[in-house]
Amino acid sequence: VGWLNEGPRPYIFTSLYIALGSILVYISPRSMIAFLIFISSPMLLYYMKIQPRAKVILALVIALVLIPILGVRNIFYLETIFQISVFAALALGLNIVVGFAGLLDLGYVAFYAVGAYLWAIFGSQQMFMLDAIPGTASTSTEFFLPANTFYLFIFLGVGLAALTGILLGLPVLRLRGDYLAIVTLGFGEVIRVLANNLDKPINLTNGPQGISPIQRPTLPEPILEVLRAILRPVVGHTVTIGEFYNLFFYLAALTVILVVILVVTRLDDSNIGRAWTAIREDETAAIAMGVPLVRMKLLAFAAGASFAGAMGVLFAASRTFVSPESFSFMQSIGVLSMVILGGLGSIPGVIVGAAVVVILNLQILQGLSLYLSTLRQSGAVIPIINFAWKDLSTQLDPAKYQRMLFGLILILMMIYRPAGLIPAERRKRELRANNKNGPSEHFSDPDLESPESGDGIT
Amino acid sequence: MRRIFESPVLREILRPLGQIFIFVVGSGAIMSAFMLLLAFLMRGGAVDQLTLQNYGFDLLTYTIINLPQVLIDGVTIGFVYAAIALGYTMVYGVLEFINFAHSEIFAIGAFIGVELLIFLQSAGRLTGVSNTLATVWLIVAVIAGMAAAGAVAILVEMSAYRPLRNAPRLVPLISAIGVSFFLQDGIRLVESLTTGQFYRVIPTFGNFDQRVSLASVPFGSEVIDLNIQIKSIWVIGAAILMLVGLNYLVNATKLGKAIRSVAQDQTTASLMGVNVNRIISLTFLIGGALGGAAGVLFALKFTRIDPFVGFFPGLKAFTAAVMGGIGNITGALLGGIVLGMLETFAGSYLNVYTLGAFGAEYKDILAFAILILVLIFRPSGLLGEQVGQKA
Repeated sequence: VGWLNEGPRPYIFTSLYIALGSILVYISPRSMIAFLIFISSPMLLYYMKIQPRAKVILALVIALVLIPILGVRNIFYLETIFQISVFAALALGLNIVVGFAGLLDLGYVAFYAVGAYLWAIFGSQQMFMLDAIPGTASTSTEFFLPANTFYLFIFLGVGLAALTGILLGLPVLRLRGDYLAIVTLGFGEVIRVLANNLDKPINLTNGPQGISPIQRPTLPEPILEVLRAILRPVVGHTVTIGEFYNLFFYLAALTVILVVILVVTRLDDSNIGRAWTAIREDETAAIAMGVPLVRMKLLAFAAGASFAGAMGVLFAASRTFVSPESFSFMQSIGVLSMVILGGLGSIPGVIVGAAVVVILNLQILQGLSLYLSTLRQSGAVIPIINFAWKDLSTQLDPAKYQRMLFGLILILMMIYRPAGLIPAERRKRELRANNKNGPSEHFSDPDLESPESGDGIT
Repeated sequence: MRRIFESPVLREILRPLGQIFIFVVGSGAIMSAFMLLLAFLMRGGAVDQLTLQNYGFDLLTYTIINLPQVLIDGVTIGFVYAAIALGYTMVYGVLEFINFAHSEIFAIGAFIGVELLIFLQSAGRLTGVSNTLATVWLIVAVIAGMAAAGAVAILVEMSAYRPLRNAPRLVPLISAIGVSFFLQDGIRLVESLTTGQFYRVIPTFGNFDQRVSLASVPFGSEVIDLNIQIKSIWVIGAAILMLVGLNYLVNATKLGKAIRSVAQDQTTASLMGVNVNRIISLTFLIGGALGGAAGVLFALKFTRIDPFVGFFPGLKAFTAAVMGGIGNITGALLGGIVLGMLETFAGSYLNVYTLGAFGAEYKDILAFAILILVLIFRPSGLLGEQVGQKA
């Protein structure tokens, strides 16, 4: 690897790798390996010794040129990349709460739900159906607000989610971390139960059926015409309005990610960021040093929540449909496992974590499901134990075993690599400091101190 | 007489029995009084009119007629919560750690018990058996559930918690959440591979579904029939047995002394010759076994189970444990009974009292609302003493 990182070689290698991935995906849009090569190229870009400016240019090429073209060619990849960007934004938001301030939030999706339902209620016809029994009202009425208020509602979603976070945080942030975990979990369930049941005194959420259709912002037709003309020869078909919307929401999610990264990196090196680190490492010592504990915790909580609120508004618009099912406890744990997998407090880590989990979920588990169902239909038999594949229960669908995946990620990461795939810079610095001063009690360095060697109780 | 109370054995058995009695009667009386007062205050209002229209009684009569059944149901579910809460509180008392996977340990107990009963039924052992034999089979199922749940609890402790014992607090908690998720899908995987479906229904056998009439109280023109399902009696009886047994174990035996010493200070306990790792494993075994028994009882009471059956009871039992003061066995008991009562009252009356605007679904929210209120105003719980944060 060292040889590759000298002089102009990293530039050539990275460009070739990106080109290879793009070409592979372009000529065989259904190959999973091609997709994996392509999707891993941003990571290579991150690690190679390339000037920051060149990195930014290459990243922009990938994000703004290659992904749209390849995504429109195979809409399933665009969906995967859209989901990666949505979950990366969510995970980055949760990372502020869990990774920076060390507050375990198990109900993070609740804030996402707040944003999603905000736009779902105001951006659909729901406001005209407050007195109707769910499912009975005609859907031909007009929308309550014009479609382009969507942009305003992103900011309203940020505000409302932050407010919700503060209201929830005020009473419970005084408590010890593990209580906070349970309370946030409870809050997540409360929001879900409310979404499920607030169809009754007045029909606010339309109950378990969810709200649809929800408006999307209008896209300017002249620009679409130009893009259609450009993209048509490249992707081989006329780009539909649905595909344009997918692209639009992908870019919107990307914008949120950029804002999160900007905010987080600026905060991390500020007083606030240092206060969060202090709280995370030792609350008592932080108080002693004069850190305003509750205010700083509230800030982290509200900051994390606000990004989830923005993503919620985006989610509601992109799916044109919300229902309580999208905001279950499992979703919260899914986002948490992305943060844990990537590395608490590490921005590139969290993005990689989101990508890995989404790809595992959408590509690998579903690929296995597909493979199993073809095995079932083929009438093949496992040789030695003489088990016919068609006797395999149809309940056994790997795509439904996300919980097991999340669970395994959480357990294994906590035991073997608690700092994540790409540990945060700050933790790396601590590692070096620890090397000089002998082992400390810090948990992020499993290499220095095996957890079993603890205090020698037998 | 005095000698009897000085004997630690009897004291540790009689005291929790007395506490159970006081808690049940006390919380029942307070809740009933509150409901009756509310009904009395709302006389003549819109709710009163509607109740008269729908049920033919005014609100007060409606409340009184339903009260006995609500109380019985509340006590039953309260004891189930208390039995599950014991597992949380034991582990928290010793390790200061929320064993998030306890709800799945509970589910495993339920599944093993139910699978055993289904197996017995398919072998023809449950058809036409006498009530005594049916009871014996139920006890066998409970013991099987306890054994399996206890074994899984130990396994989980050794594989997922022990390597993290000296890590910061949140690390084992995250690992426990992982275990919880893993076990949920693990149960589902095993069930769908072996049976093709992932929910199970406990077979009907014996006389558990029959109702025993306790009394018939004439009330105005109505007769209130006080009755209780036989399975509810079993649930309550078994839960009381577990509570008293655990209380005795922790407070009056040598093992209990070791557990308490480890809870106080692991290092000192090990210096005094206590095998800390073994005691921690035993704590998980005991908590897990109690959870497993509660699982089988839960299946008996609510008949249908699925791999995610543990989630809500587990969360509520945790709420109960916190409400009573986590780490405190009596507190878990009190919290369980109070929460069970509150929930059943909300589930039965909320719909009528709010003119149908809020249904029984809101009882889940109630549990969390209580949890948050308790944590704001009395974070150490109703019976817990103030514990400082371990530096």
